[in-house]
Amino acid sequence: MRLGSTLKIAFRALRRNKLRSALTALGIIIGVGAVIAMVGIGSGAKAQVEAQIASLGQNVILVFSGSTTSSGIRTGWGGAGTLKIEDAEAIRREVPGVSAVSEEVPSNVQVAAGNQNWFTRILGESADYFDIRQWPLASGSPFTPQDVRSANKVCVIGKTTASQIFGNEDPIGQTLRIKNVPFTVTGVLTPKGLSAQGLDQDDVVIMPYTSAMKRVAGGTTLRNINVQVANASDLEPAQQQIISLLRQRHNIRPGRDDDFTVRNQQEIAQAATATTEVMTGLLGAIAGVSLVVGGIGIMNIMLVSVTERTREIGTRMAVGAHGRDILTQFLIEAVSLSAIGGLLGIILGVAASKILSAWKNWPSLISPSSIVVAFLVSAAVGIFFGFYPARTASRLDPIDALRYE
Amino acid sequence: MIVNGNNAAVVQLIDVHKTYRTGEMEVHAVRGVSLEIHRGEFVALMGASGSGKSTLMNILGCLDRPTSGRYLLDRSDVSHLNRDQLADIRNGKIGFVFQNFNLLPRTSARENVELPLLYGKHQLTNQQLRERADRVLASVGLQGREDHHPSQLSGGQQQRVAIARALINDPEVLLADEPTGNLDSRTSVEIMGIFQELNERGITIIMVTHETDIAAFARRDVVMRDGLVRSDRAVSQRLIASDESGKLASVDDLAHPEN
Repeated sequence: MRLGSTLKIAFRALRRNKLRSALTALGIIIGVGAVIAMVGIGSGAKAQVEAQIASLGQNVILVFSGSTTSSGIRTGWGGAGTLKIEDAEAIRREVPGVSAVSEEVPSNVQVAAGNQNWFTRILGESADYFDIRQWPLASGSPFTPQDVRSANKVCVIGKTTASQIFGNEDPIGQTLRIKNVPFTVTGVLTPKGLSAQGLDQDDVVIMPYTSAMKRVAGGTTLRNINVQVANASDLEPAQQQIISLLRQRHNIRPGRDDDFTVRNQQEIAQAATATTEVMTGLLGAIAGVSLVVGGIGIMNIMLVSVTERTREIGTRMAVGAHGRDILTQFLIEAVSLSAIGGLLGIILGVAASKILSAWKNWPSLISPSSIVVAFLVSAAVGIFFGFYPARTASRLDPIDALRYE
Repeated sequence: MIVNGNNAAVVQLIDVHKTYRTGEMEVHAVRGVSLEIHRGEFVALMGASGSGKSTLMNILGCLDRPTSGRYLLDRSDVSHLNRDQLADIRNGKIGFVFQNFNLLPRTSARENVELPLLYGKHQLTNQQLRERADRVLASVGLQGREDHHPSQLSGGQQQRVAIARALINDPEVLLADEPTGNLDSRTSVEIMGIFQELNERGITIIMVTHETDIAAFARRDVVMRDGLVRSDRAVSQRLIASDESGKLASVDDLAHPEN
């Protein structure tokens, strides 16, 4: 009914104590600012990890060869050489929903061209690999299934390798010597940046896996098989199918362990993002504490204010203020302080996270929802911590309040 | 509630008692006061401390309710109203002037005077608030001081702001509690001058004071002792503020002949 007047009264009271109002709001400004900045940096880190996981490709299942133990020394995944080319072909042929398969044969070798040489990673893959990784070429053309069948001496190189070996020259059509075998460069990949593990994904030479087996790595086994399914819903069934297919092909009796490992991309993503989620939660919680401290600051100041303004409250009651008017006035004062503090805190938080991400090169991601939530929380802090002092004020007896010294 | 009786009686107390209970002790602050105050009167309520005059003042000001008895203000019974109803009565029918002014600090004279309007029944625009406040401030001689804060005003001027605040809602009764208690004698006379002027214009004034020379500016003198009215009579040798300030001025001239 008299909200308009009460608003006027509350704002006049705040204006009368500008410095105190500003200092009280400062607690909330810092609290909300900290929450916004911390959560922004946390979700930025999470988004970055997610992007790196997504760069593995969509709906990907990774099948790793098992480990082996020789004289007590275990080799780690891929060391046992249990995956054969035929296994990959069986997956391609028999597992429903599979849209692409790439046999992977990695090795690390010295490569050379002209008078330049460079130690890099060689990946033997099938022609599907570029689709699976969603990794288009910047120039030239990829190798073809025909190249894979014939184990042709062709390769596609990453941005880093290209600049280290060929400098500013166009690498396409040039010859790259790998273990003294000349390979023709047919294409250069678009840059992909660092992997989730911090490896430079562009420091790579990709060639048909048949060529890698025959001329670079030697051997006849695959370290792993990259499988892509068409739909996310096929991921789980395809994974089960692959496990049973490979157990059958490897003659593993029930009850015995697999000699291979199957991981899907969601599992990898969950493991990687779990860490950043914990970090975001921790940062947010610490910042939340400062928001609560800001709220207690508001309560403190409002309680002091009620005591200090007892005579004023008595005067207001004497000239006709209801208890409810006093309650609303003090609540509006508290909520205005916290809401204004919240708004300024949002600005501060956004600015702080931008500055931090520019200075430290940390990614930050500020979602509109976190801004809305921060504002509502700060207003709620005002109501929560303002209510007790406001109620105390509204219950004063006008006679006592007028006499208060 | 309309009660038959003297139409001109703006305040009517009928056998009013007020008892406080502090622990085991019962304090009978007011022990049966009946009083009628008519429109246009200027009453001085006197008595030593502990006489019950402050308690009676609180009841008259609707800040407190009598334990028993009836209080008719402007012919309606206000003795059994609740807190909020009493607040509305104070807002519309009573104007308060206090010993220590009770102005809001760091707030302009105008905003202080507007205060009762903000708690009133009608919501006014800023323009209306300003016009009304400025008009009342001008009527107590504070034209040009509307934007001054209390700390920039003298005691007498602060009390004038308080009087303007009390008058803004055209109250039935102006209640003044020791209005000159914090003022020097010259300013006291000045404030009494304003009260007499307002009274000439028909405003009913009840003023609590313990100073006989201040009570002499009123028309009627009610003396309380031990919770009862001991005497109630017209002021015989009434002082007129304009004459008195003239005398004070001549005393000043004698003290400072160079002026």
